[in-house]
Amino acid sequence: MTDPKETLDELLRREGRLVLATLTRLTGDLTLAEDAVQDASISALETWPRAGIPPNPRAWLILAAKRRAIDLLRRERSRWVKEKDATMVAIQMAPDDFPPDVVRDDQLRLIFTCCHPALAQETQVALSLRVLCGLTVAEVARALLVSEQTMAKRLTRARSKIADAGIPYRVPDVEELPDRMAAVATTVYLLFTEGYASQSSGGYERRALADEAVRLGRLLVELMPGEPVLMGLLSTILIHHSRRDARLDAAGDIVLLADQDRSRWDRTMAMEGVDLAAAAIRRSADRPERFAVTAAIAACHALAEDAADTDWDAIVAWYDVLAQLDPNPIVRLNRAAARAQRGETQLALEDVETLDGLDDYFWFHATRAELLTRLGRTEEAAVAASRAKDLTESEAQQRLLQRRHLESS
Amino acid sequence: MPTYIALIYTADVDWTSPGYADENAKYLEFGQESAEVIRGGAALYPTSTATTVRVSGGKGGEVLLSDGPYAETKEALTGYYVLECDNLDEALRHAAKIPAAWNGVVEVRPTIPSLT
Repeated sequence: MTDPKETLDELLRREGRLVLATLTRLTGDLTLAEDAVQDASISALETWPRAGIPPNPRAWLILAAKRRAIDLLRRERSRWVKEKDATMVAIQMAPDDFPPDVVRDDQLRLIFTCCHPALAQETQVALSLRVLCGLTVAEVARALLVSEQTMAKRLTRARSKIADAGIPYRVPDVEELPDRMAAVATTVYLLFTEGYASQSSGGYERRALADEAVRLGRLLVELMPGEPVLMGLLSTILIHHSRRDARLDAAGDIVLLADQDRSRWDRTMAMEGVDLAAAAIRRSADRPERFAVTAAIAACHALAEDAADTDWDAIVAWYDVLAQLDPNPIVRLNRAAARAQRGETQLALEDVETLDGLDDYFWFHATRAELLTRLGRTEEAAVAASRAKDLTESEAQQRLLQRRHLESS
Repeated sequence: MPTYIALIYTADVDWTSPGYADENAKYLEFGQESAEVIRGGAALYPTSTATTVRVSGGKGGEVLLSDGPYAETKEALTGYYVLECDNLDEALRHAAKIPAAWNGVVEVRPTIPSLT
């Protein structure tokens, strides 16, 4: 049975996000819009359980938020009188209900504002969680592992920069759009990896980050259909997320992809990701989008019955494409790991030894340890494993090293 | 309409030396291309011509002068433009065309309308 309180919360959160986007356009002021929508939601929580949920909850919320915004503007003294009057008139004149395409554009504008490259990457992530996902400041703080006070300050600074520096609420022009869309995709991906990395240890909010990223990824594909970068993003996170129940064992330890019980993968989600990966690659055939390629790699894993059945040739080839688009040593480390799976342990190790700039990266030393172990060079493997161990505070990662070490000796 | 300052940080150069004639021509070109939004600006003499002024003990106190800029840094403020633009995106688009954007950095800051 569904809990009526929870249904109401869910409805308010869903509609609140849309209403916030619209109010931001009407007021031109994110802080004011957030305050107004929050107050409107509180009065809905007071009124609706008694009077019943109105036939058009969104229009109800928009009307309530508009009234509240006008109240707040009247009280605010620091604004220019002329500007204030104009805003109040604009709010009063606006309808309470908007057609779907206007609501859609409002959401897009807010997405591009929250992921504006003039904001620091970590600020974009925090702002997206607060504004686009509708998490409270306390929830955002817990999700990103900072104190509530620090997060409140960071969000306030971000809103001030948007207002004072004049970061516009607009969908970028055609020539800017590809770069800006890639920036949005990167922010959503970061949000996903934040949650993904902490499935075992994180609190509820941290684990829910992955779900929020999936929701945002779906929203982006819905709002801007047919864009390979966004389809690739959604595909990548769906396929990774489909393995969530197999990634950790009963004790909360990391299970490597090769050892995962694939019957515990969420097949429906994985196949949705595979279809999206294929479409993303088809639509960016000349010069594949980075996320379309990461999706293709994830899809190769998703399509394999088990580790032995995996098409490692295809995976190594996709990593070659990825390395061209993104000359990042981590990409080449992953490529080497795929070569090792193809049985080329010695060559893989030689590749790994040529990589620079990964000396502080856990997986660099963990991969070296694994390859050295397989080659029977146990003493060197122990040195690499110990270096890896020093680099991580995650107990799950430390236990992983220990387990691999025991299995080999 | 909002006003932005584009602060130009480059090597501490002397724009008047003949070696910078080509570079100056590029700035003039930018000035023409973005004339619509440029409301002012200046190229500055190098920091060796700067004098730092401080007054100790509050207003009317002792005036302390020192030769040169307050802090030595690799990149120096060598000029600025005042840009009047619709929003930050437009300001950044123009700022990206200032030659310093590839020969140094350009810092774009909004001005406070009530204090200008």
